[in-house]
Amino acid sequence: MRSTDGLDARTGLDKLATFPYQIATWVGDDGYPVSVAVDARISPIELVARFAGPAGLAVPTDREVSLTGSHIRPQPGYGYDERRHVTVWGRATALDGGIALTAERAWGWDESEVPFFEYSERSVGQSRKYFDALSVERGTPVRPKLSLGFLTLRATRLPFLTATIVPVVLGIMIAATHGSFDLVAALLTIIGASFVQLGLNVANDVFDTASGADDANVTPTQFSGGSRVIQYGLVSFRRMATIATVCYLAAGAIGLILLATHGSPALLVIGVLGFIVSIGYTAPPLKFVYRGLGEVAVALGFGPMMLLGAYVVQTGGTLAWEPFVASIPVALLAALILYVNEIPDRRGDAIAGKRTLPVRFSRTTVIAGYDVAVSAAYVVLVLAVVAGILPVPVLLMLMTIPLALRVSRGLMPYYDNPYGLMSIMGVNVQLHLRAGLLLAAAYAIVLIVGAVAPEVSLFI
Amino acid sequence: MADIPKPVAELLEAALVGELTVVDGDGRPVTYPLIPLWDGEHVYMTSSILFSRKLEHIHGNAKVSVSITDPIAVGGRHDRALIQGDARVIDDDPHGGWERLLPIWEAKEPAIVAFLKVRVALPLFFERALIEVTPRRVLYWSDGDASTAPQETLVATGEAA
Repeated sequence: MRSTDGLDARTGLDKLATFPYQIATWVGDDGYPVSVAVDARISPIELVARFAGPAGLAVPTDREVSLTGSHIRPQPGYGYDERRHVTVWGRATALDGGIALTAERAWGWDESEVPFFEYSERSVGQSRKYFDALSVERGTPVRPKLSLGFLTLRATRLPFLTATIVPVVLGIMIAATHGSFDLVAALLTIIGASFVQLGLNVANDVFDTASGADDANVTPTQFSGGSRVIQYGLVSFRRMATIATVCYLAAGAIGLILLATHGSPALLVIGVLGFIVSIGYTAPPLKFVYRGLGEVAVALGFGPMMLLGAYVVQTGGTLAWEPFVASIPVALLAALILYVNEIPDRRGDAIAGKRTLPVRFSRTTVIAGYDVAVSAAYVVLVLAVVAGILPVPVLLMLMTIPLALRVSRGLMPYYDNPYGLMSIMGVNVQLHLRAGLLLAAAYAIVLIVGAVAPEVSLFI
Repeated sequence: MADIPKPVAELLEAALVGELTVVDGDGRPVTYPLIPLWDGEHVYMTSSILFSRKLEHIHGNAKVSVSITDPIAVGGRHDRALIQGDARVIDDDPHGGWERLLPIWEAKEPAIVAFLKVRVALPLFFERALIEVTPRRVLYWSDGDASTAPQETLVATGEAA
């Protein structure tokens, strides 16, 4: 019952036969519908359902009659689940004292086949149509609403700011261990970088709507498929474009302040490249994510650029290997957030010509790619410690390996189940966040040890 | 109070699901499983704007029926009922107008309150209309068996027919 509207009569009868009873319904002579529970004998091969005529009620033979099956499972204290229903329409004829209904068409829904969230997403067009009709009737726009707080949260995808905060805070902390720390500059860096990501998130919705990628996606989740605020009519396309522009302007203004107060050639180069990568992520002509380069863009943007950018603001332009190497595992884990989130989007992305890696490659290759990249994050970390580039406490990040294993093991069974994959996508986001927090904790240890026992080296 | 038989009122109060049948533009019946909510006067149902085709049908033809047929949905009772009536769609405020029925909705589906708290996750699901059905005629099968004729009750209400 994948397509609720396109169910053929035979399949409808097959489904109807699985219900313990059926509800025969017709429109009475007075115009009111009449429904009565019957026990039908169903023959899908003949396209016929036979049932005894109900006492005291004449089943008409001059108009359509329907048979409906409906099921839920009560869940005390919660509500219910296992919803499914099917209706078959046809003409009834009197036959051997009973009624025979010859099926002509059918319609239904089974949430075990089309999950509720997908069913809802497929119905968004009906929602738009109804709101448009209400607007015409009242002579004023009637639109769905959300509180400003929820709308901001949803439209900007605010919770994903951890992808920015992790590398920026890490860059600031590494600079602090190198003897450079300016609180105001640190705060400005966090705010400016956050505006870049918010601009990116919103611009991503704008360009994915323009390309049709978000409209083609009927299985969005809280981690994938965009914010949907344009599709749902919560925010107009034009307003989202304005919000993206304002975010980039705010980021640009803060960037100029930092250039004026803590400027260096390194910061200028990183800032310009960061803007290009951020805007070019979905915007033409670069459209990195449409060319399968989204992961590279995210790795660069949310790894070396954010971390080194924050570092050079603090150090006045001095570059070092340590922040660059520290950014590599962070970059890989950030790119893997996008990589996993693209898996449920791949059908809609393919329709819109968005050739992401999960669109291009097989399930086996994509999962192997995850394993290689996540392993690389830990291997780089350990090698950097052994080589004396990173301090020993950063090995705390190895505590996140169980999370990486959970993601890796969850990809195969849920690869074709967007809603089953949601928990795995959540763990993958947690993996990046916790790895970042542990790296930050490692540098907090370095700072504390440096303050209380400067003679102790935490490098091999 | 609408004068419907007491067992039918009890069925309405117990039922986790009933079948709303509306008449489409071609005069054909279309049946939707929905939660019936009974306030002693009207049968109420709510529909998300996402699934608003039924609302469009009611706008075109107010004659509807609500049947209660599923023994599992009424705690094992085997009696069945059909309520025919006139429906009115209340969609003045799709965002919050329906929330006045939340207490009797919550009694049947407690999880709905938790879902409502995170309406940001399903914003269009919580843009809803109320369907208010004024009963006109009730058919009642005390043993649920359609081979016996139902008891018929014409409903007198305080409203003009």
